[in-house]
Amino acid sequence: MSGEILFGLCGAALVGIGLYGVICQPGALRRILAFNLLGSGVFLLFGVIAKRGGGALAAAGEGADGDPVPQALVITGLVVAFAATAIAIALLRRLAEVSGRGTLDEGERNP
Amino acid sequence: MTSALLVDGVLALLVIGLALFVTAARTAYGAVVGFVAYGLLLALVWVRLAAVDVALTEAALGTGLTGVLLLGAAARLFPTEAAEASRRPGPGLRILIGSLCAAIALGLGAVVLLLPDPAPTLAPLVAENLPPTGVGNPVTGVLMAHRAIDTLLETVVLLPALIGVWSLASEQSWHGRPGSLPRLVGNGPLTLLAQVLPPLGILVGVHLVWVGADDPGGKFQGAAVLAAMGVLVLVAGLREPPRVTSRSLRLLLVLGPLVFMGIGVAGIPLAGALLAYPEGYAKSLILVIEAALTLSVALVLGLLLGGPPETGDREPGLRS
Repeated sequence: MSGEILFGLCGAALVGIGLYGVICQPGALRRILAFNLLGSGVFLLFGVIAKRGGGALAAAGEGADGDPVPQALVITGLVVAFAATAIAIALLRRLAEVSGRGTLDEGERNP
Repeated sequence: MTSALLVDGVLALLVIGLALFVTAARTAYGAVVGFVAYGLLLALVWVRLAAVDVALTEAALGTGLTGVLLLGAAARLFPTEAAEASRRPGPGLRILIGSLCAAIALGLGAVVLLLPDPAPTLAPLVAENLPPTGVGNPVTGVLMAHRAIDTLLETVVLLPALIGVWSLASEQSWHGRPGSLPRLVGNGPLTLLAQVLPPLGILVGVHLVWVGADDPGGKFQGAAVLAAMGVLVLVAGLREPPRVTSRSLRLLLVLGPLVFMGIGVAGIPLAGALLAYPEGYAKSLILVIEAALTLSVALVLGLLLGGPPETGDREPGLRS
């Protein structure tokens, strides 16, 4: 087993953990956190594919031994994920300010 | 080889352990602290995956700035937390959801194990087409030349995000200043840090942008460091955040995307395609775009942390 495979499995586990959090966490802030975990798992899968595809570049003596295309996509994704998190946090803070709640569930808990 | 694998294994286990901690932590504040540690370890994973550009972005943006954002929200939302605990789904439902999520993770894991060999790659194509752009860092080459349209859209999409945050202002705060960051005026050590660190931080940020053409680094990493310095100065209370109605501020925010678009459109008559660079000028044009974008992106990132404008005006003359 190589390091890439190991991190690929790690990314898959992170997606599972993040998804569980997005569904099960009661508070919106914890869901935003879980959403970020889920996202980083997906990015990690991209990174593993980039590393696997980079052998050719390293063989050509170009230095970096990763496929730069998925890596560039991940950088783009990280910036957009930050912007999305910032909007979500701003919405949540406003919700807490207006209603005193930290969740979108309105009614009583369903049995 | 085996020792490298050992390090990778320990790193992967630590990352998964911290992800579980973030999910299971009792308080949101604890979960955010766990998330910051998680992000820093993830940056190490990116180094192990030979993606130093991504590692820098993850550490500066995905962990540093996101951490500030989340810590502020966790502190503010603390009073609402107690009411949430009772809203968790019951144990039966949690086990069901957990097993379905585990099935998805197992499916993805199987995909990882069954990836085609040899791996499909665009790396040779990038290496072949890198010399005409004049930059030596393949990731920068992809971001600024081969997939420039993605980068353009990404820098433009930051502006609607900022507009979205600003539009959450209450009605009487339209002319205010961003108010989500705490202001700890008169905190001696913090004030000293905010005076000593920014000159060095600005140097590091500019350096990251400058070397980004040939070595790991680039505008997003540099901009994140610059934004962090700005936030430090604001939190220490040494400067007021700018008014969101300030015309010069708004001009600086759109400067980067405008320069990028201008050069991109000029590429149609000069180089035959949108976002194409005329031969021989690619490197210098890329540097111009990167410089303008760094300024705009740093401002947007800092202002996203600043949150919507609030009254609390210190200049009573402008209050309507």
